[in-house]
Amino acid sequence: MSEVTYNDTVVRQFSIMTIVWGIVGMLVGVIIAAQLTWPVLNFDIPYITFSRLRPLHTNAVIFAFGGSALFATSYYIVQRTCQVALFAPRLAAFTFWGWMLVIVLAAITLPLGMTQSKEYAELIWPIDILITLVWVAYGIVFFGTLTKRKVPHIYVANWFFAAFIITVAVLHIINNLAIPVSMTESYPIFSGTVDAMVQWWYGHNAVGFFLTAAFLGMMYYFIPKQANRPIYSYRLSIVHFWALISIYMWAGPHHLHYTALPDWAQSLGMVFSLILLAPSWGGMINGIMTLSGAWHKLRSDPILKFLIVSLSFYGMSTFEGPMMAIKTVNALSHYTDWTIGHVHSGALGWVAFITIGSLYALIPKLYGKEEMYSVSLINTHFWISTIGVVLYISAMWIAGVMQGLMWGAVNDDGTLTYTFIESIKATYPYYIVRLLGGLLFLGGMCLMLYNVWKTVERKEMIETFTNTGFKKLPVEGATA
Amino acid sequence: MINHDFIERNAGVMGVLIAIAISFGGLAEIVPLMYQAQTTEPSPGVKPYPPLELAGRDVYVKEGCYNCHSQMVRPFVSESLRYGPASQPGESVYDRPFQWGSKRTGPDLARVGGRYTDQWHLMHLMNPRDLVPESNMPGFPWLADNKIDPDLIQTKLRVLQGMSHPYTDEEIAAAPKVVEGKSEMDALIAYLQLLGLSNNGRDKK
Repeated sequence: MSEVTYNDTVVRQFSIMTIVWGIVGMLVGVIIAAQLTWPVLNFDIPYITFSRLRPLHTNAVIFAFGGSALFATSYYIVQRTCQVALFAPRLAAFTFWGWMLVIVLAAITLPLGMTQSKEYAELIWPIDILITLVWVAYGIVFFGTLTKRKVPHIYVANWFFAAFIITVAVLHIINNLAIPVSMTESYPIFSGTVDAMVQWWYGHNAVGFFLTAAFLGMMYYFIPKQANRPIYSYRLSIVHFWALISIYMWAGPHHLHYTALPDWAQSLGMVFSLILLAPSWGGMINGIMTLSGAWHKLRSDPILKFLIVSLSFYGMSTFEGPMMAIKTVNALSHYTDWTIGHVHSGALGWVAFITIGSLYALIPKLYGKEEMYSVSLINTHFWISTIGVVLYISAMWIAGVMQGLMWGAVNDDGTLTYTFIESIKATYPYYIVRLLGGLLFLGGMCLMLYNVWKTVERKEMIETFTNTGFKKLPVEGATA
Repeated sequence: MINHDFIERNAGVMGVLIAIAISFGGLAEIVPLMYQAQTTEPSPGVKPYPPLELAGRDVYVKEGCYNCHSQMVRPFVSESLRYGPASQPGESVYDRPFQWGSKRTGPDLARVGGRYTDQWHLMHLMNPRDLVPESNMPGFPWLADNKIDPDLIQTKLRVLQGMSHPYTDEEIAAAPKVVEGKSEMDALIAYLQLLGLSNNGRDKK
């Protein structure tokens, strides 16, 4: 087999930016959490007012932090598992600069109040077109690399990345179909109930494919690698992959329980959401059981701790999700902070943890180091983040259930027990605990940035990966 | 699993099968809604937003009010007591984009129209804590200084007319005059005062 030099420049770029955008996105999260507690922090300045910053937070953590992590790991994994360099390296470079441009434009337009208001699809139509171009380029690079692979089989991680790329393209294009009325404003071609259904078909599957399927691809590479064990069950990966991608697409209506969406659609959404538990847990079991015979590594390897705990949170939130999709439960939980808690047990506990673990495994390799600068700092990061997530989600659970109960409480004489503002007053203490949890998580990310900086900084040689092993290359300037 | 071996060896086949697997959910749940009268016909009394109210609606979207306020009364006794009759799909046929929301950090606004005076809304939007001391809603004082663009509103009405919102040509021609000199605050309050008015259970006395 001839020697292949992998294209890791774009992987390095996306990896570093993952951490940078993670800190930016979570910082905005901490700011808006503080604004909910102390509204004076809005300062009557339009550009930093809660309602304009909240979409900036969600977009930054999902698409800037999560997106960069997925670009980095998918480009890394597809090269190793196909034993070829990236197809169309210039196009790959375009995906990096294009995606960064999308993020910068988002960070400018959202505080200016330019928005479509559809959750996780707020960006205005010119940026949507840019996203489409970058995404098509991503698809060409990824599928091009798959097509020229030197191994007969497509590795399981790549199935998930492939499904993610195809589905996100379909979702993004259909949910953003709109007629422009100016450079910054447009009206969607769907209205009312149809628009709501299209939006939550998109919104739920942004979770299902961006934040789940693709991160399962990450899981399917880094957990077996880090544990040095084969994947638990090949058959389970086949069954849960096809079940997951087909069932997820039906679950959107659970975001619209008891709304004006016709009942038949709500019922379909609820049934498929319940079924979705099975393929979700299939993935969790396949990942966790991969540690069979290697459980002792959890004691000494904080990277593996991140990876395995991420799967535990994945299991928890994919159990909680179907429960909340039951209409009776949803009647209590919907519109409350319980939903926010649920989202963060997935977004922090699963998405951020699997990303952090994977990056700690990846970054030393990308920069030719044996391991991270400080393993004990990784351990500290792990515990700070875990405490942060637990504080966050338990505060939001309690707050959410309390809000649901207060809103629904009716006196014997048929009058409401509580005014709305009483439910807000009762929530303030939990908003403070949530803020603390968020601060801890953000602090952990800053530790990570420091650790990565110290790892990357002292580079005398870069080791380039080839399919036959390492290759030492002098870094420009370092040898002089 | 013999057949899966074939899929794993062909990126193209895998791509096509993925595309098929993901297409059923959306087709089954979205397409029928486009042809169901319940979701496409306006409820009695529901009309396209007049120019000033439409401009106000776009201010509502711009400022991100939907982040904290739903516009969807669910069919529960407690919700009807607090907000009014349950929302009907026919009430949002002219909503592009829909504003049902997903979180109630503040109360539902689907039927807020006519519940408070214009003066109350003005004071509340300038600084919510002047009226509700425990509120955590931000103030939006800049809305009083920003003017509505009269030309843009005409373009907007024309685009919506093209999407079969029944505006007359006369309404569109007169639109710039209606919003002339109005602030974003005026427009937003006009919009809020229209919300849910046709079916709020309060005007039938």
